[in-house]
Amino acid sequence: MLNEELKIKIAQLLPAIEFEEGGEWLNIHVPSQAFRSLIVSLRYDAGLDFDYLFCLTAVDWKTHFTMVYHLTSTIHRHHVVVKVKLDRNNSEIETVSDIWRTADMLEREVYDLFGIKFLNHPDLRRLIMPDDWKGWPLRKDYEDPVNMIKL
Amino acid sequence: MLEEIGTTAEGDLIINVGPQHPATHGVLHLVLTLNGETIKKVEPHLGYIHRSIEKMCESLSYRQFIYVTSRMDYLSSHINNHACALCVEKGLQVEVPQRAQYIRVIMDELTRIASHELWWGAMAMDLGAFTPFFHAFRERETITDIMEKTCGARLTMNYMVPGGVMAELHPDFQKDVKNFIQLYKSKFEEYNELVTGNIIFQNRMKSVGYISYADAISYGCSGPVARASGVHCDIRKLYPYDVYDKVVFDEITETAGDSYARYIVRLKEMQQSIHIVEQLIDQIPEGEFQAKTKAVLKLPKGEFYQRVETARGELGVYIVSEGGTTPYRIKFRSPGFSNLSALEHMVKGLKIGDLVAAMGTLDLVIPDIDR
Amino acid sequence: MDVTKSKAQADFPGEIHETAGGGIVLSKLDEVINWARSNSLWPLTFATSCCGIEMMSVASAKYDFSRFGFEVARATPRQADVIIIAGTIVNKMAPVLRRLYDQMADPKYVIAMGACAISGGPFFYNTYSVVKGADHVIPVDVYIPGCPPRPEALLHALITLQGKIKAGLTREQIKETSFLNP
Repeated sequence: MLNEELKIKIAQLLPAIEFEEGGEWLNIHVPSQAFRSLIVSLRYDAGLDFDYLFCLTAVDWKTHFTMVYHLTSTIHRHHVVVKVKLDRNNSEIETVSDIWRTADMLEREVYDLFGIKFLNHPDLRRLIMPDDWKGWPLRKDYEDPVNMIKL
Repeated sequence: MLEEIGTTAEGDLIINVGPQHPATHGVLHLVLTLNGETIKKVEPHLGYIHRSIEKMCESLSYRQFIYVTSRMDYLSSHINNHACALCVEKGLQVEVPQRAQYIRVIMDELTRIASHELWWGAMAMDLGAFTPFFHAFRERETITDIMEKTCGARLTMNYMVPGGVMAELHPDFQKDVKNFIQLYKSKFEEYNELVTGNIIFQNRMKSVGYISYADAISYGCSGPVARASGVHCDIRKLYPYDVYDKVVFDEITETAGDSYARYIVRLKEMQQSIHIVEQLIDQIPEGEFQAKTKAVLKLPKGEFYQRVETARGELGVYIVSEGGTTPYRIKFRSPGFSNLSALEHMVKGLKIGDLVAAMGTLDLVIPDIDR
Repeated sequence: MDVTKSKAQADFPGEIHETAGGGIVLSKLDEVINWARSNSLWPLTFATSCCGIEMMSVASAKYDFSRFGFEVARATPRQADVIIIAGTIVNKMAPVLRRLYDQMADPKYVIAMGACAISGGPFFYNTYSVVKGADHVIPVDVYIPGCPPRPEALLHALITLQGKIKAGLTREQIKETSFLNP
């Protein structure tokens, strides 16, 4: 389906969505309360069928976080990018690891590097950094005078 | 680490595989829960080669960060560089000359053959056969010699830059590649005689490490791992970049979904790669090898995503730019990360020897997973 | 000082006196032991990242290292003599490296291969997890520059290590003799 048709279909699911202009794929911004129900419909609704989550990441914008999910469908070959804005001091979002099994390890990595908590995740703990590491390394305000030598 | 090892309440044994182990192809630490020799749970512990590449790239310019990505999945280093160059070109909206596009695709396919050769030799060595290792390295040395004359390095060659390639081809390049194509076509009977037709090898690989079509998609598998379960996911066919839409090649899929199917997919991919090189080597057009770009590159504000097919699967480069000379955030979607998450599903209930066989066919390169 | 040009560079360290009925070889026990040890060093398969592939190339048929005595590459540190640190060492891996070194039996030697093992290499600036040089963790005898070094460079380093052992200048041997001359 083309971007225009997808836009119409998704706007029917949730009228409070904002679409971002530009970019090669359809970018949608979702408020975090409506996130879970939208994601379930994106996965299971006929005609949408986004069954392949190929990238899950977070971006630190200094005042807030944005979670970014890149989805595609192996049946219809269309793409969508779902973005959720999170508050910096209280960053929590529901997990999607029961819908796409790949999100299990991807969400652990985001927790490890950014400190974003995923509610109802089966096993949320550090993945890449040592278990007793303090701090969230990929945040923009991360200071580590012992290890990091700045150029 | 040490305090986890022991026995659980039910009498199961918990042991470590790695991080220093000859069969894990890098520093992967697996904690196995075993009942006798049967595996009940596999838990990968990562991070033993986490070099904070994503954080480092936030302070490097758009021309500088490409050298670091060669070292992520070092066996397909040209393809990694190609992905980053394509993503930066997408942002700059610059047109790459045809000559550079042909050269890039030929180098990519030669890298794919070299990577699959090393996979084949190392996997046979894991299962106990030491001879294929030397045969595989013989071919690999020929390819790296060809590349060394043009690119200057054998393993981590920073040859692709935003706009094209860094230097002109060596005058011997076409002759060397044509000699290699002649030599290589006769090698497949040798490989089949040595390893594929061996009855012990087949018994160790058939029906071991099965993953179904739906599970392969759900676990995010890509590359030969997913294609062996029937998923059509070759990025070179679905979303072609550079001159992949002008060459004729097959996308190899199998339906069995076990280790033997993954092995056959990779062997046939080597044949398809040499077929692609054969089609392109005589058609390289004359012209510039690099488009004119400014010395200091600035991407406009926005986000750019590029997907390419490395030897392991689908690599994604996601650049978030704020308009400056350095990226604001880079994320590398690595194929090995998602392939590894399917390992537990594949080997539950099997024996330790089957774990080694299944892990060999996943073709993991750990720095690609940890970044 | 040039460690490769020592008087023990001939086939066998010592003087050979031809006499009737065979001959007599006159030598120092230390030199004979050093000669024997240097020609039979068993490496540990320890490769963390890209330099490991160049080490595998050296093990294969084109740049063979088994002609120098490094034939038997052991997977367990308890049976190995030399550890070739090929690749970057990060904070999580450093205790593992230390434990492997401690598990090796004396006499043991260390080669740091590649820019990452010498000083952190390309990952020196702006990284929070890389140990800037393997010699922060274990003492090193030979350093090989390069990213990754060519297989011939690794062979040169192995021959240099052999020369160092024959000349008695590795850290192991200096440690032993300093007991005798405090």
